[in-house]
Amino acid sequence: MLIKFWLNGKQIVDEIDPDLFLVEYVRSKGCYSVKRGCETSNCGLCTVLVDGKPVLSCSTLAARVDGKKVTTLEGLEKEAGKFGEFLADQGSEQCGFCSPGFIMNVLAMENELEDPTDEEIKEYLAGNLCRCTGYMGQLRAIKNYFAWKKGE
Amino acid sequence: MFSVRNYVKAKSLEEAYELNQKKTSVVLGGTVWLKMGNRQIQTAIDLSDLGLDKIEETEEAFSIGAMVSLRQLETHKGLHEYFHGALKEATRHIVGVQFRNCATVGGSVYGRFGFSDILTCLLAMDTYVEMFQGGIIPLKQFIDMPYDRDILVRVIIKKDNRQVVYLSHRNSATDFPVLACAVAKTDKGVVASIGARPTRATLVEDINNLVKDLHSEEERTAFSTFAKESIFFGSNMRASKEYRQHLTGVLVNRGLCKLAEEK
Repeated sequence: MLIKFWLNGKQIVDEIDPDLFLVEYVRSKGCYSVKRGCETSNCGLCTVLVDGKPVLSCSTLAARVDGKKVTTLEGLEKEAGKFGEFLADQGSEQCGFCSPGFIMNVLAMENELEDPTDEEIKEYLAGNLCRCTGYMGQLRAIKNYFAWKKGE
Repeated sequence: MFSVRNYVKAKSLEEAYELNQKKTSVVLGGTVWLKMGNRQIQTAIDLSDLGLDKIEETEEAFSIGAMVSLRQLETHKGLHEYFHGALKEATRHIVGVQFRNCATVGGSVYGRFGFSDILTCLLAMDTYVEMFQGGIIPLKQFIDMPYDRDILVRVIIKKDNRQVVYLSHRNSATDFPVLACAVAKTDKGVVASIGARPTRATLVEDINNLVKDLHSEEERTAFSTFAKESIFFGSNMRASKEYRQHLTGVLVNRGLCKLAEEK
């Protein structure tokens, strides 16, 4: 079937299989930051933005993004790079496997929530699993990043 | 993982209904649950183009399109204010924001899943489903109807001034609930909807009029005991039936306390 959509600002018209999931499709277009980390829609590693909203690309059919704007980490290099510095400052990268999906959801949270409390941050990011850390470093990094954004 | 041979974005509900008459057809919701199975789908029916992704509020009711996401349900201002956050409480523990941006109200309600927080909460409200062929059916009746080939179009919650409180118990955050519970105070008395038993939600009504005053601890205990003793529970990997029965007493009581505080 034919779909027409925007991937990181670039329009793509393509013939796809109707049961192809978005995660595999964007990877075939070179977006290797998007990964399948579980088989149960739980880990958040495959997070991409569809029309600005964070969704699980492992559970969304590529057919569903017809006419929509898809953004992956590759399309937000500057913003992701900046937040990545705050993560690194806290040593919360560790193995780094979960970082792309995590960063995408932090950037989505930044757009959606104003001055979130610790509880609101934790709730927004509950669908992003990290198996190395206890999430404390990430929480510090987010708070530092938001404080820096405010003062910018 | 499921497979799909033909993908059709329905242009009308009639078309969706016609296509859905074959057993090998499936109406797509958010596909987060469908993905967990291995169905071989001949025709996948997508309702995305039918404008069913909106929540409309009138003086009498909220009308929620089948394609509304759980996240929309969670963050809708009107619903939040009218039900004092009950629907937010019933959605916010479900996996994560990204998941709730995918999963749909239509999928959750049509599926009538045992684990459903949404179904449990809606059952404690004056909720109806609008089916394309079947018309408007009370959720209380729909919940026990067999799966057929009809299309769920909307979920309607009437504004009948009831107060609703939602509570759930989970072994760990974002997991399926061990027990889901919604209690409500209506003009006719209190009701409790108990889900994840682990089978689908069921409604317990205060037929003996045990609760006349929510501030009475004795009356609250009488109804929570009645609730836990009048329905069946089962065991699974998450909890035993005895534990679920005990939790029902505790959560119904807590819910009634919260209702008393709200008044």
